Amino acid sequence: MTRRILAVLHARNLEYVRDRSTLGWNIALPVLLVFGLGFIFSGGPQPLFKVGVISDVDAPASVLNPFLSTPHVSFYPVRDRERALRKVARHQVDLVLDLRSGEQRYWVNGESPRGYVVERLLLQSDDAGLRRETVEGREVRYVDWVVPGVLGMNIMFSCMFGVGYVIVRYRKSGYLKRLHATPLSAAEFLIAQVASRLILMLLVTTGIFAGTNLILDFTVEGSYLDLLVLLVLGISALLALGLVVAARVHSEELAGGLINLLVWPMMIVSGVWFSLEGTPKLMQLAAKLSPLTHLLDGARAIMLDGASLGEIADHIAILALMTVSFLGLGAYLFRWSAD
Amino acid sequence: MIEIRNLVKEFPGVRAVDDVSFDVPAGVCFGLLGPNGAGKTTTIEIMEGIAKPTSGEVLYRGEPLGRRFRAEAGIQFQSTALQDYLTVREQLRLFASLYAKTLPVEELVKLCALESILDRDARRLSGGQRQRLLLAIALVNDPSVLFLDEPTTGMDPQARRRFWDLVHAIMDRGKTILVTTHYMEEAYVLCNEIAIMDHGRIIARGSPESLLAAHFDDVVLELPREDFQLSPEQFPLPVLNGRSSVEILANDVDAAIQALITRDVSLRRLQIRPRNLDDLFLELTGKELRS
Repeated sequence: MTRRILAVLHARNLEYVRDRSTLGWNIALPVLLVFGLGFIFSGGPQPLFKVGVISDVDAPASVLNPFLSTPHVSFYPVRDRERALRKVARHQVDLVLDLRSGEQRYWVNGESPRGYVVERLLLQSDDAGLRRETVEGREVRYVDWVVPGVLGMNIMFSCMFGVGYVIVRYRKSGYLKRLHATPLSAAEFLIAQVASRLILMLLVTTGIFAGTNLILDFTVEGSYLDLLVLLVLGISALLALGLVVAARVHSEELAGGLINLLVWPMMIVSGVWFSLEGTPKLMQLAAKLSPLTHLLDGARAIMLDGASLGEIADHIAILALMTVSFLGLGAYLFRWSAD
Repeated sequence: MIEIRNLVKEFPGVRAVDDVSFDVPAGVCFGLLGPNGAGKTTTIEIMEGIAKPTSGEVLYRGEPLGRRFRAEAGIQFQSTALQDYLTVREQLRLFASLYAKTLPVEELVKLCALESILDRDARRLSGGQRQRLLLAIALVNDPSVLFLDEPTTGMDPQARRRFWDLVHAIMDRGKTILVTTHYMEEAYVLCNEIAIMDHGRIIARGSPESLLAAHFDDVVLELPREDFQLSPEQFPLPVLNGRSSVEILANDVDAAIQALITRDVSLRRLQIRPRNLDDLFLELTGKELRS
């Protein structure tokens, strides 16, 4: 059994690697996107200063503290202090002010130039003796946030087309019929297809990540090993989804249409390009159904917040569940030939 | 070796195979003959376990088709796509890895004359080379029974003869072979037993020689049309008008030649041939095989 799987796996790998145009495209597209976005969005920060304010009184802001009426600074109410502090660490918020009685503190990131300016403004307008606290952390650029999105999108396209489309092509050309006439079982064939693409996607993705990381130096707070575990699960879930699409279809046009029907909504709802915070409830619900969402949210939690696997256990569990159920469904529905 | 019982296959609106039963004894080369659309490929694909019959059954060594059959059967489809970007050698290795028992690759290469194209991408083969590779793949597991579906369709005459020699070499190894074809000459050269199919039914069965002997006791005298200017009524024997030639059917060749001489027909380009399977098909169905 293993020998048969390895033989089909090897043949598929050779086909993939020798198909230079597809291979080149699979590597070139994400690299171009990462660099393109990195340069486009590397420009200046937003002109406005952002300050988070925690208070337990509903009084007008200016009464609480004269600093709160400073022009050209955007103040916004904060409920979750930890979360706001993380944003200070990432340079996304310049300062957090806690005006509750007994607290009377502010947090600023010593490495943030904008934080420095806002702190000067605060100290000028207020001499009530707020306690200074510091938060450490480096700036999160858009490129740090978007790199999991770009790689995830590439993984999604590659998985769905690389397994879904390819199996349909094999079925249409009659290659599957030829394999059916051998002792190779459907499960062995599907395992080989999934394994081949999984290995190649891991190599391509880690290669692109390492290569672009050399130049752009991404923020990775969490562990690379955790990231790898998440990556394997995310790729597996998307490959398994590809198998479901390819189980019976025998026209490449139909397969292409079906795959696009899945891929484009996933790209929109999964937060590839922008965060979905604040989008309609229905959109967020749809996002939860997409394996890509769980891959991206998990990857960003590990990379930007330094989350451990335990902290993203929900994403891990959902991806594992999706992998197993899609694999089962794909194998159950699978047919060798068109009729 | 293989028994087929009351096979029926229906597609929407068509009964492609209509109650077909026959046995393929071990060690013979069995030919399934008929025009395009007669149901040959559907029948052979059901026998290969690729297509499911609407009703009826296929037995291999007395058992329904299963794991043992897949391990012991070699199959060459009418058209097969192979995995792209693999060389001939890699294709052979791939298929060899799928079986427990295999012929050594070198032996297959020699048998199917693949030496000169071993490292060529399988997509860059000529029609004949490709069919030889597909045959080698069908033989990779040293099968007991070999299925060949229209193996020489589209080949030039020289490649076809070469392929026939190859099949003879395989027959010498004691394999059972099942071949479909619409070339009667091919069936005559290769097969010890044939079944003629038309409209999904078997209309004749037996060895080519016995079938011809049972249906015909005459021979054909063939003359170029310009040498035979008489109208059929002016001649005492049945005359068939072909495109460029005239065929006279005769039980008594001496009398037929005498009749030609008395009517001043030139015998310079006269050919006499026995009845063949094309004639048999015409006789059985009233239509030409290759129309």
